[in-house]
Amino acid sequence: MEINLNDVNILPWLIPAGPLLAFFIITLITNRSKMVPATSHEYGGHHPDYDGMPVHVGSNLGRVASIVVGMVGVVLALIISLNVVGQALSVSHLGEEVFQSSAVWMDTGDTTFNMGVLVDPFTTVMLVMVPIAVLAIFIYSIGYMAHDPRQARFFALISLFAGAMLTLVVADNLLLLFVGWEIMGLCSYMLIGFWFEKESAYKAAIKAFMTTRVADVIMLLGIAYLYAITGTLSFREILYNPEVLEQLATTPAIIFGGSAAALIGVFLIIGTIGKSAQFPLHVWLPDAMEGPTPVSAMIHAAAMVSAGIYAIIRMFPLLTAGADPHHGVFNAPLLLMSVVGAITAIFAATIAVAQNDVKRVLAYSTISQLGFMMAALGIGAYIAAAFHLITHAFFKALLFMASGSVIHGMEHGHHHAHEHGHHGHDEHETHDAHAGHDEHHETADAVFDPQDMMNMGGLRRTMPVTFWTFLIGGFSLAGFPLITAGFWSKDEILADAYYGLTHGYGPHALVFVLLALAAFLTAFYTMRQLGLTFWGEPRTEAARHASLGQGIVSLTMTIPLIMMAFFAITAGFVGVPEEFPIFGAIFSPEHNPFHHFMIETLPLNEATEAYANVPEMHVDAPPFNLIPVATSFLVALGGLYAGWLVYWRRPLQPGEEDPLIRLIGVEVHTTLRNKYYLDELYHAVFIVPSQWFSRAVVSEFIDRGIIDGFLHLIARVSIWIGDLFKVLNTWLIDGVGDGIPELIALFGRWFRRVQTGRVQQYLLFVAIAALLIGIIFAVSTGILQAAG
Amino acid sequence: MTIPLWMYLVVAALLFCIGVYGVLARRNAVAILMAIELMLNAVNINLVAFWRYITPQMMNGQAFAAFVFVIAAAEAAVGLAIIISVYRSRRSVVVDDVNLLRW
Repeated sequence: MEINLNDVNILPWLIPAGPLLAFFIITLITNRSKMVPATSHEYGGHHPDYDGMPVHVGSNLGRVASIVVGMVGVVLALIISLNVVGQALSVSHLGEEVFQSSAVWMDTGDTTFNMGVLVDPFTTVMLVMVPIAVLAIFIYSIGYMAHDPRQARFFALISLFAGAMLTLVVADNLLLLFVGWEIMGLCSYMLIGFWFEKESAYKAAIKAFMTTRVADVIMLLGIAYLYAITGTLSFREILYNPEVLEQLATTPAIIFGGSAAALIGVFLIIGTIGKSAQFPLHVWLPDAMEGPTPVSAMIHAAAMVSAGIYAIIRMFPLLTAGADPHHGVFNAPLLLMSVVGAITAIFAATIAVAQNDVKRVLAYSTISQLGFMMAALGIGAYIAAAFHLITHAFFKALLFMASGSVIHGMEHGHHHAHEHGHHGHDEHETHDAHAGHDEHHETADAVFDPQDMMNMGGLRRTMPVTFWTFLIGGFSLAGFPLITAGFWSKDEILADAYYGLTHGYGPHALVFVLLALAAFLTAFYTMRQLGLTFWGEPRTEAARHASLGQGIVSLTMTIPLIMMAFFAITAGFVGVPEEFPIFGAIFSPEHNPFHHFMIETLPLNEATEAYANVPEMHVDAPPFNLIPVATSFLVALGGLYAGWLVYWRRPLQPGEEDPLIRLIGVEVHTTLRNKYYLDELYHAVFIVPSQWFSRAVVSEFIDRGIIDGFLHLIARVSIWIGDLFKVLNTWLIDGVGDGIPELIALFGRWFRRVQTGRVQQYLLFVAIAALLIGIIFAVSTGILQAAG
Repeated sequence: MTIPLWMYLVVAALLFCIGVYGVLARRNAVAILMAIELMLNAVNINLVAFWRYITPQMMNGQAFAAFVFVIAAAEAAVGLAIIISVYRSRRSVVVDDVNLLRW
């Protein structure tokens, strides 16, 4: 095959190449501090409950090189992506004239499996979002991880993570998508457990890995079933082929009744429920906060959780085969998505209200927002879901990085505050300051939690950039009307749901009501978080002194915030409905640009008309209606106002308890704070029985009883056979083997009597022999006769 | 009166038989050595007698006799040395006592 790098069909292959190569270069060449345990004496035998340590960026050439390599990889990916995106935008009907190329991967019996890349409108959109968000996170990591001795390892892993996400995005078939999906699963495991000295970190890593594994196995079943029926996993071959869809929709499934398409769809959705952390498999995501904050941003915004929604949108025609959500015909996958999505959205939002950890609030808000997307997909609004996916990625990456800055600032402030005290009391001890300082640090760390919002307050003064960017991100999350990206995407989901509601479709109604409520709660907890963190007066010494400091660390932690804040506002303007008053005329003079571009991702209607079970895919945006817009305004502003009333009008004082407890009651608040006791429930329902099962059944019965018993039996039989052979050996082989030499020895013992050792005796024999020979000689030659 | 050849041969044969008897029958190593000397000298008598009576013009017989003297002397020297050495360690010159290498 001729490879021409200027060919835009070939170019997508190179998009994941940069970060993937960076991973290998860092791992194999530039990383010089492989797996340094934080307890190493080289780093002063750090405390085991480790959370980064003071080692400076410039201290090690390998680290600097690793950072450079990682940055080059992601910048290359960004440049190539934007090049591809630029060329894609210039194609008038990208949906029909996609950029694609593929190579034969393996022959599988009757069919040939091709691996390839595909750039269609949806991929194009993702190729804008993913590299930009990833680049911001990379820049941020330079500063955030600057004090970690394993920064090179960190860059290797997030490079692999980014490479896997880009692979997933450009994949042209479900298997390659799944490969990227699984590499991300692995990376998330290693990154969540990056500070593996910490018990909570490695437990969270295992939890994330195991939970997503449950879902991934089921998803793999779906992929295998799909391949078994159609003989291909290529997106275009399945989704653009109404015959295949018709076949899938009419083939009865092997289990559970229903059609094969529905069963495969349900399997794929379960994969997404795991990956995108939907109820009931969401439990891993809040714990994933144990990883470094850039990882949280990576997992929760730019990459992993988006991958689940991405895969669903990709496979959307398959999921809707046999149904038509736009005309009120639902099938199992769609119902599953709308119910799970809507429940997750409201459920996670209620938990987020009662969390005190600044990152945990965001974690639950991520789950909730992903629920919005899921619900949107369930009612067929895949464009709205894609739109929300993009805007959410930007503002959630921003929020995570901003919260990371807050945590960093709090640690800095805590450090600063106690250092002041220390020097004040022990001025003469400055020579020995380091040792004393460490001691102090450890004892103080046990009580001080830099992530607890109750310890914050008033940070707007010392960290203004973080405050303003956090405010932009938070307002975007809350859907602050008109000027934030989150408003436009959330509004589109509500508009789609309302459109179905007006036609009396049940799932639409459920989605509309629950999402509106969730949006209200979202605005409320955003305001709560902003109020507790930045408003009022500092509630601790640490908060009073919180700052990002000066120099490269604070610079690299500030630039990405500003970058993401820009997108958190502007990303929404690509999808303004054209009939929207004033804004529609400015941003969408002819048609809604995002909608118009995205709609070509899925096949044209003409192709599908002949088939009864293949629904139409090109659905116009719902007609403009003031009620959903008014709802969006109401819930966003209402939630923000409620939050303002509770947390801003009279800021929380030091030592005071959360005013929410008074409003909703201690019991409710405790239930919410403990996440409806789901972790405890899972522990009791799944973990304890499986531990019991593994101990009592697997270990005692199967392992010790059956397997060991079998082994012992074999051992016993072997010993018995061995004994038999031993008898044979002594009796037969030794008998023969020893018998022959013994016979020889016996004969020798008998015959040796000839050898008396007396020379005279020998001589006597010699003499006798000589005499005899002489006589014989004489007789035979006739000498005697002659003499005689 | 000349002594005929056969008388010499008879003397030599008697002497040789005495030597053989001594070698076979004596237990003292020195005596065995002496018996060997007897046998060698019996041979010498033969050699000299044959030379004198059969080929007096050639020196072969005498030359061989001279060789035998030398060999006898050398043999006696080696033999006595061995016997002395054995005596030192075993305090005996009886050949039956020298049985270290016997089974």
